[in-house]
Amino acid sequence: MVSAAYIIAGLFFIMSLAGLSNQETAKKGNYFGMIGMTIALIATIFSIEHDSTSITYILVAVLIGAFIGILLARKVDMTEMPELIAALHSFVGLAAVFVGYNSFITLLSDTSFFGTMLTIHLVEIYLGIFIGAITFTGSVVAFGKLHGKIRSNPLILPFKDALNVVLLIVSLILMIFFIVEEGAQSGFIYLGVMTAIALFLGWHMVMAIGGADMPVVISFLNSLSGWAAAASGFMLSNDLLIITGALVGSSGAILSYIMCQGMNRNFFSVITGGFGNEGASGATEEMGEYKQINPEDVAEMLKQSDSVIITPGYGMAVAQAQYPIAEITKKLRDKGINVRFGIHPVAGRLPGHMNVLLAEAKVPYDIVLDMEEINDDFPETDTVLVIGANDTVNPAAIENPTGPIGGMPVLEVWKAKNVIIMKRSMSTGYAGVQNPLFFKENAYMCFGDAKETSEAILNAL
Amino acid sequence: MRIGIPKERIEGETRVAATPKSVSKLKKLGFDVAVESGAGKEASFNDDQYIASGAEIVQADEVYQCDVIYKVNPPLEEEITKLKEGSTLVSFLYPAQNKELVEKLAERNINVLAMDMVPRISRAQSMDALSSMANIGGYRAVTEALHEFGRFLNGQITAAGKVPPAKVLVIGAGVAGLAAIGMSKSLGAIVRAFDTRLEVAEQIESMGGEFLKLEFAEQEDASTSTGYAKVMSKEFLEAEKKLFFEQAKEVDIIITTALVQGKKAPILITKEMVDSMKPGSVIVDMAASAGGNCEYTAPGKKIVTDNGVKVLGYTDLPARLPAQSSEMYATNLVNLTKLLSKEKNGEIDIDFNDEILRHMCVLKEGNITYPPPAISVSVKAEKKEEKKEEPTTPPSKKKSRTKLKFTFGILAIAFILWLGQVSPPEFLSHLTVFALAIVAGYYVVWNVTHALHTPLMSVTNAISGIIIVGALLQIISSITVVQIISFLGILIASINIFGGFTVTQRMLKMFMKSEEV
Repeated sequence: MVSAAYIIAGLFFIMSLAGLSNQETAKKGNYFGMIGMTIALIATIFSIEHDSTSITYILVAVLIGAFIGILLARKVDMTEMPELIAALHSFVGLAAVFVGYNSFITLLSDTSFFGTMLTIHLVEIYLGIFIGAITFTGSVVAFGKLHGKIRSNPLILPFKDALNVVLLIVSLILMIFFIVEEGAQSGFIYLGVMTAIALFLGWHMVMAIGGADMPVVISFLNSLSGWAAAASGFMLSNDLLIITGALVGSSGAILSYIMCQGMNRNFFSVITGGFGNEGASGATEEMGEYKQINPEDVAEMLKQSDSVIITPGYGMAVAQAQYPIAEITKKLRDKGINVRFGIHPVAGRLPGHMNVLLAEAKVPYDIVLDMEEINDDFPETDTVLVIGANDTVNPAAIENPTGPIGGMPVLEVWKAKNVIIMKRSMSTGYAGVQNPLFFKENAYMCFGDAKETSEAILNAL
Repeated sequence: MRIGIPKERIEGETRVAATPKSVSKLKKLGFDVAVESGAGKEASFNDDQYIASGAEIVQADEVYQCDVIYKVNPPLEEEITKLKEGSTLVSFLYPAQNKELVEKLAERNINVLAMDMVPRISRAQSMDALSSMANIGGYRAVTEALHEFGRFLNGQITAAGKVPPAKVLVIGAGVAGLAAIGMSKSLGAIVRAFDTRLEVAEQIESMGGEFLKLEFAEQEDASTSTGYAKVMSKEFLEAEKKLFFEQAKEVDIIITTALVQGKKAPILITKEMVDSMKPGSVIVDMAASAGGNCEYTAPGKKIVTDNGVKVLGYTDLPARLPAQSSEMYATNLVNLTKLLSKEKNGEIDIDFNDEILRHMCVLKEGNITYPPPAISVSVKAEKKEEKKEEPTTPPSKKKSRTKLKFTFGILAIAFILWLGQVSPPEFLSHLTVFALAIVAGYYVVWNVTHALHTPLMSVTNAISGIIIVGALLQIISSITVVQIISFLGILIASINIFGGFTVTQRMLKMFMKSEEV
């Protein structure tokens, strides 16, 4: 019965992810996920030999968790979505550590494991805790960086790569010792040391990664949290946990891959970190003159256009400019101007972050297009509005293939008739390279806070 | 500078060189615009509209005092005398045919740009007025033919019988010919087309026409570097004649557009051919102004032959759609203005380093600069270059990559085989589930649209809260420590489950289509 219920729950989870393939079926997908979860929980609770005390404990724990979870989910600002996601990852990691330790404690008084099965079980416990601990601290640091509590510039310890490798090897040796102990009480020592190492590894890894690489980091942690769940599934011989863990794990892995493609970077170079340390300091070379424009003229230019494309970046999220932008979009669309949005895969701090922000501000999703969908349309576009984006619209990626961002796919905004760039200053983007776009003949800079500037444009309209 | 838009003085001319829309664009480039009162009347643009878009309405004498004059037709003698010293005139001029006119203009110290001399290069397309007018002409030619043709163009099956679709033959697939093909096709006719340049076959087919090929031993191609067709050999002409003879008996409407640059139009449809056509058939000769492609053609007139074939030799086809042709011509002029005034400061500069301006310029400061040096525009050359641009990725790098993947795959298989050897079946069944779930996840997640990646992450967050099952299974343990840890595990996993689903729901609700907003 329980296994059957687990299979059904697993299928619901797969349908849930399948539902997300487009906006129309997405809500249904979410419901499938909830149904699957309910089935799994009810089946599990009925399968265990529960008594009234344990049921009370379960209910209390679930209710507290549900209360906190729903409260968080209701209150969170859409701009803070990356933080929430990171926090949720850390919980999965922590839970995996808990389940791992519990399994080991139970094992001490359990004699049903012996021989190969025992070895396998020990490896499962060890790996489950290891992955869980990395996920936990990694996500906590990611949360801190996204929340601004930890400086987002990468922290570079001396010999950081060597340090990581040594720690990994040490963990591997400890695992062998742990297995040799055959589940005796003394195994705790190895488990404890390894947990400390794993916690440090997670912390160290994410500390070394700069802010704009966060989409990759978050996807990677998402993947890790899945693998941690899968490892727990192996530990407990529970197929549902294995299925779910594998689903989440591969989903996160694919997202990391897509994000790396978007930045034209190798996954390992992102994870080993240290990129973009010059960040905001900006190595400015003389690129020529740039032209400035005030919001009133921007409004005029937009009114005269037949087609407009808006390309937002992280700057829009920071300034919370999505609301005035949505208003501008609405006004222009009412005038019959074709307004669309072009979203670079790594815009923002989370995969798909910009889409959520625009959706929140009630921009219809069918005018929000991917880079590939819109890139060919720039030559026929009258005006492009770049809001708080820099590297994702940098022509140097194409013009200078050997440069730091050479070969990265970018939104080819400079092909439009006019480009307006809303930015706080002339500073460089995350990649630390100057953007030749600003000095193009058809480019106009509109300095200031993205929100205030867009409100000024809105008023002028 | 001030741009003057005079009223066209030639009898029957309905077009005007500026529209209210183009006026506002010229203003944006920094120019003042003076429009002669009533200039746009025939094209349905009234003076108030011009005023509203920022133009001044002036009287005839004043308009010629502007620094720049935009016109449609070549200037009349009286107009030339009114022009201001040092001013610039832009209009159709046909300097090859109108040598006397050019000399007359040269008596004045003025600049003259001929709109019919825009070179046929891609950069100049936006100001190619001949193409704009030819396009309109081709469209109008079909409507004129339809007007005279007493039948439907499309085939219909009705209660009152079956109507076969009309057959249209278009000769010459330039801009006008292609427009005529497209228009006839969209009205439902069967369209055939002929052109001496083989390279246009594709364009004809893309418009829905059928390209007629000559049965002729040697393939001869009339493409030239000027973009116009050249004069063909005798054998070719014989074969061509034979083809037209056959077609004439079959088709209902013939539209001819064949022009050879700087020469009288070739006679393609002889009297004999016309006489062999069915009564009620229509011929529209778009080459009438250059003498006509049909022997019966009388420029500017409609002729009905003895056997009831109508031959239309109208020379003012674009002017019969005055609002449309004015708008397109005015847009061509605005684009020219952008080229003349690169600084957008309201000053013009006829820069001879720019090959377009050099080519268009007939008079500069009173000196004749016609004919211009040649520019080659062959389409063929471009085609050859396109082929070269095939992507060449360094093969060595790719190879080593696949090699790496291959070794990795072998290692993975070996590892799994080894696992199968050493581990008990129970573990293997879990491993099977694990592997299959990864594959399922892989395919499902690739289908997720990019816009929903954030909800995807939050939903995976929620379902990875399934780890609660682990904690649930452990809370029944008799060991207190285990119970406490399980309790905490259940608690945080619940945060994930409830938080994840709720926030996903919240996000998904926000995604709305345009109709819903």
